[in-house]
Amino acid sequence: MFNHLLSLLIWLPIVGAIPVLLAGSGRPNTARWISLLVAVLTFVLSLFLLTQHNPADSSKQLGESYLWIASLGVHYGLAVDGISVALILLTTFVGILVIVGAWEVIQNKPHQYMAAMLVLEGLMIGVFCATDALLFYVFFEAMLIPMFILIGIWGGPRRVYATLKFFIYTFLGSIFMLVGLIYLYLKAGSFDLATLAALPLSMQEQTWLFFAFLAAFAVKVPMVPVHTWLPDAHVEAPTGGSVVLAAVMLKIGGYGFLRFSLPIVPDASEAYAWVVIGLSLIAVVYIGYVALVQEDMKKLVAYSSVAHMGFVTLGIFIAFMLVRGAGNADAAKLGMQGAMVQMISHGFVSGAMFSCIGVLYDRLHSRQIKDYGGVINVMPWFGFFYVLFAMANSGLPGTSGFVGEFQVILASFQANPWIALFAAFTLIIGAAYTLWMVKRVLWGEVTNPHVAEMKDINGREAFVLIAFAAAVVALGVWPQPLIHLMDSSVSALVQQLGNHKI
Amino acid sequence: MPNINDILIMLPELYLVAAACLLLLLDAFMKPEQRGLLHWLSIAVVLVAIYLVISGQPEQPVRAFGGMFVRDGVAEILKVFALLSVAMIFVSPRYYLADRKLYVGEFYTLMIFAVIGVMLLVSAGNLITVYLGLELLTLSSYALVALNRDSALSSEAAVKYFVLGALASGMLLYGMSMVYGATATLDLATLHNAAAHTGVPTLLLFGMIFMIIGIGFKLGAAPFHMWIPDVYQGAPTAVTIFIGSAPKLAAFGMAYRLLESGLGDLSQHWQQMLAALAVLSLAIGNLVAIVQTNLKRLLAYSTISHMGYLLLGLVNAGPEGYASALFYAISYALMGTAAFGVIMALARAGFECENIDDLKGLNQRSPWMAFLMMLVMFSLAGVPPLFGFFAKFLVLQAAIHAGMLWLAIVGAVFAIIGLYYYLRVVKVMYFDAPVEGTEMKMQQDPAMRLVLSLNALSLLVLGLAWGPLLGWCKSVFPG
Repeated sequence: MFNHLLSLLIWLPIVGAIPVLLAGSGRPNTARWISLLVAVLTFVLSLFLLTQHNPADSSKQLGESYLWIASLGVHYGLAVDGISVALILLTTFVGILVIVGAWEVIQNKPHQYMAAMLVLEGLMIGVFCATDALLFYVFFEAMLIPMFILIGIWGGPRRVYATLKFFIYTFLGSIFMLVGLIYLYLKAGSFDLATLAALPLSMQEQTWLFFAFLAAFAVKVPMVPVHTWLPDAHVEAPTGGSVVLAAVMLKIGGYGFLRFSLPIVPDASEAYAWVVIGLSLIAVVYIGYVALVQEDMKKLVAYSSVAHMGFVTLGIFIAFMLVRGAGNADAAKLGMQGAMVQMISHGFVSGAMFSCIGVLYDRLHSRQIKDYGGVINVMPWFGFFYVLFAMANSGLPGTSGFVGEFQVILASFQANPWIALFAAFTLIIGAAYTLWMVKRVLWGEVTNPHVAEMKDINGREAFVLIAFAAAVVALGVWPQPLIHLMDSSVSALVQQLGNHKI
Repeated sequence: MPNINDILIMLPELYLVAAACLLLLLDAFMKPEQRGLLHWLSIAVVLVAIYLVISGQPEQPVRAFGGMFVRDGVAEILKVFALLSVAMIFVSPRYYLADRKLYVGEFYTLMIFAVIGVMLLVSAGNLITVYLGLELLTLSSYALVALNRDSALSSEAAVKYFVLGALASGMLLYGMSMVYGATATLDLATLHNAAAHTGVPTLLLFGMIFMIIGIGFKLGAAPFHMWIPDVYQGAPTAVTIFIGSAPKLAAFGMAYRLLESGLGDLSQHWQQMLAALAVLSLAIGNLVAIVQTNLKRLLAYSTISHMGYLLLGLVNAGPEGYASALFYAISYALMGTAAFGVIMALARAGFECENIDDLKGLNQRSPWMAFLMMLVMFSLAGVPPLFGFFAKFLVLQAAIHAGMLWLAIVGAVFAIIGLYYYLRVVKVMYFDAPVEGTEMKMQQDPAMRLVLSLNALSLLVLGLAWGPLLGWCKSVFPG
């Protein structure tokens, strides 16, 4: 079984969606239980990755490779390193929570909702496993279909606009990557990522390819100025859709930078690192201010996601300045590690924030901050979790939000104190927008009579929030296991940064 | 004097001619209520033809009737898929035709004659055979389009098709006569050699241009696309399915025979022209499709854009490019039959289901049909893992390989623009509520449901396992 562990992880949820669909709208409970079973099984299977994968070894492990298209030499190639394992675990973890979270909330065609979620989960795992660029692209794009459906059917009033924007934006970014990949294939005769990483390329070629990759991944992350689809998509998406989008899908952008931009076009990445760093800082500072003025909770968290993802791209590209400019590999590793920890942490924190907003929305059917106030008086348990996640979102030490950001700021200080200064702004702005929202939603007098009627979280909601809370605190207090898991892979990546291709 | 070998080489075509004549006779002597027999018999006839094509396929290309007729790998693959699509089309439209009082034997026999035209055309070894095959195909198609002769729309479409088609045939013949004047031969193999040794080929090039116009018309590539929207909309859906599938394969075969087998050495000249046709088709097809409200017209403009992508493959003018274009033609034929198949399945007496709004809330009414249509739409849009994506991927690769990166980028940009109107169809089916007071009943014809489901699911299956088909396409174009 362990020889095909990765394939199982990808296909179990996708194939599992078929019985869920067959259960049909007539038996919604059967559909729910089957999908929960599939999600739990997938999670349990993914735990075996921890025993089967050797974190001390930086190479790709648990590999599977079959000739997919003989006449083109395209392989169905899967393998994982520490970074992929961490992201897959995040995916399967969130996979259970969105199924549980949607249990009674989704009343309209629950079987289709659950099936779309499961298919999406399988495809996202596929993205993190693929070692063949074409296979990666197939998973990367196929992901859009279930997400399109999820937002479009179960979303809010402007869902059609949001979902079309989401699909077209992402497709626009990635099709140029496809052209770039074909170019690389014609040059290298293979789509294998390791082969492409070893392919010598001139600076001009690298530059074009760099921007093709940037187009694809910057939209996905999303970076300023192509982030505008995200607030729309988040606001209109159902809670589960928002959770998956923020917790996992955005990470795929950061992951793409690691797998494509860094190894394949290192010299162009170095030359244009300032572009990415600049855009990341704009995301951290400017988008932070944008988040401050939002009146819609989901929009606020969406903008805060853009700001937090800025740390991921900053951490990845600051490494270039450190390795190649200052020759400081240790600091580069710190930055890269910070970016990775930030990815996982943001997965938990943003997922938790959107789940909290979902809890509120299910009761009052409003996401406007002004409709709430004094929620703590009627929902004390909810208030506890909400404050915890808000603290994590603003980067309080002891929560997962602190670790990654701190590492990235430390690393960037060694590259250029000014960059660190701007990045550190997040500590103030992040706290400002998050805590101000908490203040307006939780504290104060109950002014809205409907708020007074709200009931505290039930067992199902508590399960979701406790799971997220456990992850957030565990990662904040003791990040060592996660760092250890990714350590050798990050070292290998940093080492790779030093390789010139021209 | 033709000998027995010539006859054997042409056996599938000769068999079909005989079978079609018998069906015609049978139909004349049969009572209308026995027409079911004719229906199943026609399907059997086509399936046997597929068997004859595959089983009699020679190892090496062979020529018959003094080189007039060629039987090679390209012809085999095109014939198999053309016949397959006709077999699928035969299964489905029984109730659709009956509801419109069009359930007549001519539907079957005309379509068999049309597919014989396709088979002749793709096997042509001589300019005369090209013309013969083309005329047999188009004349049968004109009649098929006009099948619903009481409908003004249908008759108008047929007349438009006929007039423009005749014009295109004239152009093609004119081009052929110039080519004959320049090289003194009609045989494609001889022409290939002669074209390589003509000093200043002005006359030849003029002839080539006229032939390309003919090809452009058959493909429906812009600016020779005018007939496509009207014919697609005006023809009964059962006929539109046909127009959108087998003739596209034939048009690829015709382009391959004329341009590669005949004028392969002039590829540097025709590459540029095809590139221009490709860009125009991509632009007009995708941009005009955005504003369509009629689903059949939308698919017609989508066809035009797809022919643009097919041309990206032909522009490569090498074995890899032809393989990708052939792959594209096959994928388009499968997508076309599935798309129009769904439209036909949702139509009923007095209701055509041809406006995009008619699909509103389909997911509530018939989730399975909505799912199938969604597969088709995402495949047409070129979203992986569906078949259409890999076809697009291959033609883009062919264009880049030919050194036309700019053309590939144009193709990519128009893929994004095209995405919008395919998504709109999915949106209407899944996100909109059904219009009150309208009902949407599926035709309860199990055979049609089965074939349609298989057709649409094949887009997913072939998307996951497109290797063998690509291998087959590549194997027929030796490098």
